[in-house]
Amino acid sequence: MYTPAIVAEAMVNGLLTGAVYALVALGLTLVYGVLHIINFAHGALLTCAMFAVWAASELLGINVYLAIPPLALIFLALGYALQRFVIGPASRGDDANTLLVTLGLSIAIENALLAAFKSDTRTLSGDAAFDVVELGPMLLSRPRLIGFAVALVVALLLWALLRRTDSGKAIRAVAREKMGASLMGIDVRHIYALTFGIGCACLAVAAGLLLPTFYVTPRVGQAFVLVAFTIVVLGGMGSVAGALLGGLLIGVVESLGGLLLGESLGQAGIFVIFILVLLLRPTGLFGARA
Amino acid sequence: MKISSVIAMAAVLLALVGVALFGPNTAINFLVTALIVALAAQGWNLLGGYCGQFSFGHAAFFGTGAYVTAILQSRYGVNAWIGCGCGILAGAAIGTLIGWLSFRAGLRGSYFALITLAFAEVLRIAANAAPITGGGTGLLLKLDMRAANFQFASRGTFCLIVLACVLAVLALTTWIARTKRGAEFAAVRENEDAARALGIDVLVTKLRAMALSGAITAAAGCLYTQYFLYLDSNIAYGSWISVESLLAVIVGGIATPAGPIIGALALHALGEATRLLAGRITGIDLVLFGLILVAATAFAPKGLAGLWNAAQSRRSPRA
Repeated sequence: MYTPAIVAEAMVNGLLTGAVYALVALGLTLVYGVLHIINFAHGALLTCAMFAVWAASELLGINVYLAIPPLALIFLALGYALQRFVIGPASRGDDANTLLVTLGLSIAIENALLAAFKSDTRTLSGDAAFDVVELGPMLLSRPRLIGFAVALVVALLLWALLRRTDSGKAIRAVAREKMGASLMGIDVRHIYALTFGIGCACLAVAAGLLLPTFYVTPRVGQAFVLVAFTIVVLGGMGSVAGALLGGLLIGVVESLGGLLLGESLGQAGIFVIFILVLLLRPTGLFGARA
Repeated sequence: MKISSVIAMAAVLLALVGVALFGPNTAINFLVTALIVALAAQGWNLLGGYCGQFSFGHAAFFGTGAYVTAILQSRYGVNAWIGCGCGILAGAAIGTLIGWLSFRAGLRGSYFALITLAFAEVLRIAANAAPITGGGTGLLLKLDMRAANFQFASRGTFCLIVLACVLAVLALTTWIARTKRGAEFAAVRENEDAARALGIDVLVTKLRAMALSGAITAAAGCLYTQYFLYLDSNIAYGSWISVESLLAVIVGGIATPAGPIIGALALHALGEATRLLAGRITGIDLVLFGLILVAATAFAPKGLAGLWNAAQSRRSPRA
């Protein structure tokens, strides 16, 4: 009943979505890898970014893809300020406190958006979602292909930033050994905030790539954040390559799961996969350190 | 405990009983809801405060308690009191199960918080899909106001029962904190490896906390069912109760017996005040709750109870 063409199309679509998932997860895993905190507000910040993209496109009439670079910069600054002036000082380096502070932020952001935009589902106007490209026997959505390509490029840029630049070296030094980095004259608080800002910038890009084919509501981030957590755990906490592979894998699993089991179970499926991954492979599929 | 604290607590208790006996219905409604959240928060406090395991998914216990009693009553005609007993046991059972699965896999800290959240969400989606829970339309309990049915014509009577439950758990918590079990909870919270080195069975200790915490929060779910006589998956397993039970403890004072009660009453009073001032804007009270959580973590890590104690010891520098 499932011809190879349908299965292949589902797999390719899964890969396309997975790349954007990976981008969301990249921000999370970077913050975890360097700050060793779980940023519970990641989902709410993604929702915030999606509303920003929506507003830029619908209210200001800016092309979605042109809106991405300035929004990424704004979110870089926003994330920097959040970590530097709110999360860092409020949690005083205690893990439990960080969990509570980011939970508090996520509740505040999500409900502020709810108060401002109500719980209506919003999409971009225009017919970008139906713009398809014929690739052999498959019909693929053009915005998703663009999303896939941009997500991969951003991941590559991020990798280059971490490997090649001085800031990247400082980030890696802080991730490896905070005290030692600090003794070498690296401002740890600045690096923490910078890392958090980069994580938020990833979200702004992901939001711009998601919105042409997706919708936004004040609660939309919750689903993504658990997907992102699953990917991060699957790929090994703090691993950039792991997040990328994990994202693609989860994208394919979700797409095939939706094809074989139907959409409603797909929603529960994400949580079940998350639980199973945590219970069975808490160190990740690629055997990274815990 | 200082005399001033005893006097303050007695005054609050007297005021609560006064509202339950003579207050208008809106005041009693407010009090019942706040006290049910306080009870759920007391469950959270045992696990998160005394044993140090932060859960983001206490809705799993609240909802299980609520659904078990509601389903037993509406589908199988079981007596309400027995139904509530079963609900509480089910809460303890699901607590033990989730704890056994997660702690055996070695999950701590943020990982534990996340997996409890995921369990609660799976239960919510399952309850929304399963026919036995009434799916999206929910479950309605038959109105039959007799004490034998755990339903009372007077809201005040019900309010007093909830208050009695909260006070009973307050006494239980105070007692446990002083026993060997309570010391084991604290040891596991402060340093798991050190606790293990002292010969404490860490897994069993955590499971005890989970079972107890699950039972208490499930009791809150049962009381909710008996008072409102209606349940759906977003009420029972929704994230609101996970958030409020955690928030009440943090705001009131973590790992203090009275903290959850103070926190729940303060938060609900604040929520009502915001709604009065800002009108019916959805979510505005939760924005405030979120900011309070951030502020409480930053400026008052021991919550209102901590602030009160600090103020008391400033007044009498001898202590």
